[in-house]
Amino acid sequence: MNQLIRISWKEINFRQAITVGLLWLLPLVFLGIFYFFPLGSILKTSFERGDSGIAAPFFEAIQLESVRQVLWFTIWQAALSTLLTLAIGLPGAYLFARYEFRGKSLLQALSTVPFVIPTVVVAAAFYALLGQRGWLNLAAMRIFGFNAAPIHLTNTIYAILLAHIFYNTTIVLRMVGDFWSHIDPRLNQAARTLGANRTKTFFKVTLPLIGPAITAAALLVFIFDFTSFGVILILGGPKFATLEVEIFYQTISLFNLPLAAVLALLQLGCTLAMTIIYTRLSRRLTRPLQLRSRRYTQKRLTTWRSRLFAGVVIITLFVILITPLLALAMRSFARFEPERGQRVVESPGFTVDFYRELSINRRSSLFYVPPTTAIGISLAYAAVTVILALAIGVPAAWALTRHSGLSLNRFLDPLLMLPLGTSAVTLGLGFIVALNRPPFDLRASPILVPIAHTLVAFPFVVRSLTPALRSIQPRLRQAAATLGASPRHVIRTVDLPLVGRALIVAATFAFTISLGEFGATALISRPEYPTIPLVIYRFISQPGAINYGQAMALSTILMVVVTGGLIAIERLRIADVGEF
Amino acid sequence: MNNPAALRITNIYKAFADKQVLTGITFDIRSGEIVAFLGPSGCGKSTLLSIIAGIEKQDDGNIYWMGAPIDHVPPHRRGFGLMFQDNVLFPHLNVFENVAFGLKMSAMEKEKILVKVSDTLELVGLKGLENRDVNSLSGGEQQRVALARALAPQPGLLMLDEPLGSIDRSLRERLMSELRRILRQMQQTAIYVTHDQEEAFAISYRIVLMRQGKVEQIGKPEEIYRRPATLFTARFLGLTNLIPGNARAENNQHFVDTSLGSFPISKPLQGPVTVLIRPESAILNGHTGVLLQGKLVEKTFRGNLCQVRISINGTLLEFNFLSNSDLPNEGEEIQLSLNPQDPIIAYKSGPDQLTNRGN
Repeated sequence: MNQLIRISWKEINFRQAITVGLLWLLPLVFLGIFYFFPLGSILKTSFERGDSGIAAPFFEAIQLESVRQVLWFTIWQAALSTLLTLAIGLPGAYLFARYEFRGKSLLQALSTVPFVIPTVVVAAAFYALLGQRGWLNLAAMRIFGFNAAPIHLTNTIYAILLAHIFYNTTIVLRMVGDFWSHIDPRLNQAARTLGANRTKTFFKVTLPLIGPAITAAALLVFIFDFTSFGVILILGGPKFATLEVEIFYQTISLFNLPLAAVLALLQLGCTLAMTIIYTRLSRRLTRPLQLRSRRYTQKRLTTWRSRLFAGVVIITLFVILITPLLALAMRSFARFEPERGQRVVESPGFTVDFYRELSINRRSSLFYVPPTTAIGISLAYAAVTVILALAIGVPAAWALTRHSGLSLNRFLDPLLMLPLGTSAVTLGLGFIVALNRPPFDLRASPILVPIAHTLVAFPFVVRSLTPALRSIQPRLRQAAATLGASPRHVIRTVDLPLVGRALIVAATFAFTISLGEFGATALISRPEYPTIPLVIYRFISQPGAINYGQAMALSTILMVVVTGGLIAIERLRIADVGEF
Repeated sequence: MNNPAALRITNIYKAFADKQVLTGITFDIRSGEIVAFLGPSGCGKSTLLSIIAGIEKQDDGNIYWMGAPIDHVPPHRRGFGLMFQDNVLFPHLNVFENVAFGLKMSAMEKEKILVKVSDTLELVGLKGLENRDVNSLSGGEQQRVALARALAPQPGLLMLDEPLGSIDRSLRERLMSELRRILRQMQQTAIYVTHDQEEAFAISYRIVLMRQGKVEQIGKPEEIYRRPATLFTARFLGLTNLIPGNARAENNQHFVDTSLGSFPISKPLQGPVTVLIRPESAILNGHTGVLLQGKLVEKTFRGNLCQVRISINGTLLEFNFLSNSDLPNEGEEIQLSLNPQDPIIAYKSGPDQLTNRGN
């Protein structure tokens, strides 16, 4: 991008500026009311406490032993998780980038699944595999005759790390693998014929080329781990708290809004800095390297060394990424404990009771919402989220890519990514402190939930649209224009078909994010309108085999729906010929 | 050219999946020699190059360098240079760093690297561009950097894989003659892979003509052009005057009967054959040797040459004359004879012929 001439505001003709301004209008109004205003309110709330200067509340908070502990834990668990994720993900990225083998596209599709699985479901999946009633413990008890569960992995740091690896390996596989797969393998051959051995070739050629992709992926993984919420809350238990979880506790349990606000700002500062670096890096990745089609970059597994490598990588990925999900699905159909009113298990084995139970209001309680109703509520929220996210995401992405040299865009681009650096719980907290009084008294309105989901999904929507929009070459447009196409025609005949795929991807992102969103929803949703993740969380935290089973069943449903969306995307992509 | 063989290739076989790519390739390259691998795309010439470079491994056969087998020597220890079609420069390094890459790998001293890079860049005509970003160079400049990068470590063998393949026509001529000058001046042992006969003719001392994974013919450029060993070679070189005939022996002499008449041939053949008549072998209004009479159908002016198409008894033949020849007009009768110095070559017609239709 260095060679790109910076175009000053004055040099751009007036009409273009107006167009870009109009495109920005809707996204900015939306962000203004539902992001910056709540954020401002958090700022105000935290500063109201400090009488002696702006920084005073932060110093006070930092001096608290508990806050220091939380901060330290947040950092080291994120760093460790990121390192482990890279260790698992990089060999996989290499395998996907450089080799072609049977079942590869299936494995690639499967490895993408964890990323879209909601945190609550991830937690449930690890419960199903490693929990007290999980498969491993059940197997150990049956085989070795233990009376109690021998493996205590839930509520430990190991469960948290495993879940984070499970979650984010996809990021490394995708970001690094995709980039790597387009790097000409003849660059390595050139280095080799120039006298570099394998190791030197890797450090002198490969690493410098894929380095930015690795750093960008690592940074993104770190940001996600840094703001981890559901995994810590459910799998870690009360012993562990990241900043995000602490904000939640301070808001919900202790109602110490000022301290919650201070912590939220502290977290925001950290993530913001990382997000800015990430944005810079990912922009460098779109620099036009000489990318090669995968047809030329990939070879078959012919040597025993490559086969052994592939075998180890595939098994590792399968164990870490797929087994928890399989365990979850199987556990939702398995009965081991006696049913209500029975002493012993009559028939341990297959059951659909947990699913049947979902539509029954056993407690006959007015406030109890049957899980099936929660499914309907979640779907409605998701639909609204898709509409909102596209309504503000499309014009924003359009404006960003059409005149990337415009100073307005240069200023707004990082601004757009702010919600990515803002955690879900912070968003929820912002809604609580800001939107509970006129002019925006939306406290009682269910619309708050899809709005929060839209904010969470917004960066993803923009980021999945911009590469496609950028890929539309000006020359194509000019060609269409010289053939007599009006600007509107150009959009319809050239831009839209090219962007159609990205639009579907963006919509699916918004949909799945909304279905699985937990942090913000946990803070702002009305008790009478719970979403699927909230119901799962309730079931998991309550004792009893039926509750456990229902959590498994509901998680399985959510997993299937989200995976279905993902498969739809992958299918659409395969049908497309646009790949390089 | 009486040097001993520098590179010896014996009986190389290679298959990908089930497809046989190379079959029994055998030949030598002498020190200081430039050999072209010529053949249509897919004939296995690039695979053979990769095997010599050590990037691919042959299924069978051996490669010797200066008498010693190098089959198990990894590419970085072979000391061979490789230049790719679309340059494949390191995009994260500038011009200097690209050229210096191989020198740094051989742990050369810094000052020596500076000198060597500067000399090599001067050789390829890029002096002063040391600090330029390689991505900002033109296609021709990038290709020169690629050449400099391959030459700088003074490889025992330089391999060039269609080095001018992605360069546009006007520039190609110039780069071709420069490449020729540089390689010959340095007495560089080199393999030049191309599908373009003009490049192969211009640059190499010897040509290995390949077809479907086999060596079709090995020889000096003029040898291959003057005496194509097979029908395939003739067609590949663009020789189109191929006429069916029938060979017979008479008094220990061999003849071919065709629709144009009878020709004496040197090869002892019998039965159906195809006869090649060279386009430059015709003498206008000649009286000795084989006489041909027909109608001049088309006359194309090509600068120093004039290409004519002549119809004889319904058979179309193409001939080249110097453009100052006194040719009749289109539609008029023309009479010519075939130069007895240009022997007529006959090829046995067979099932082989079916596989290389197209011409």
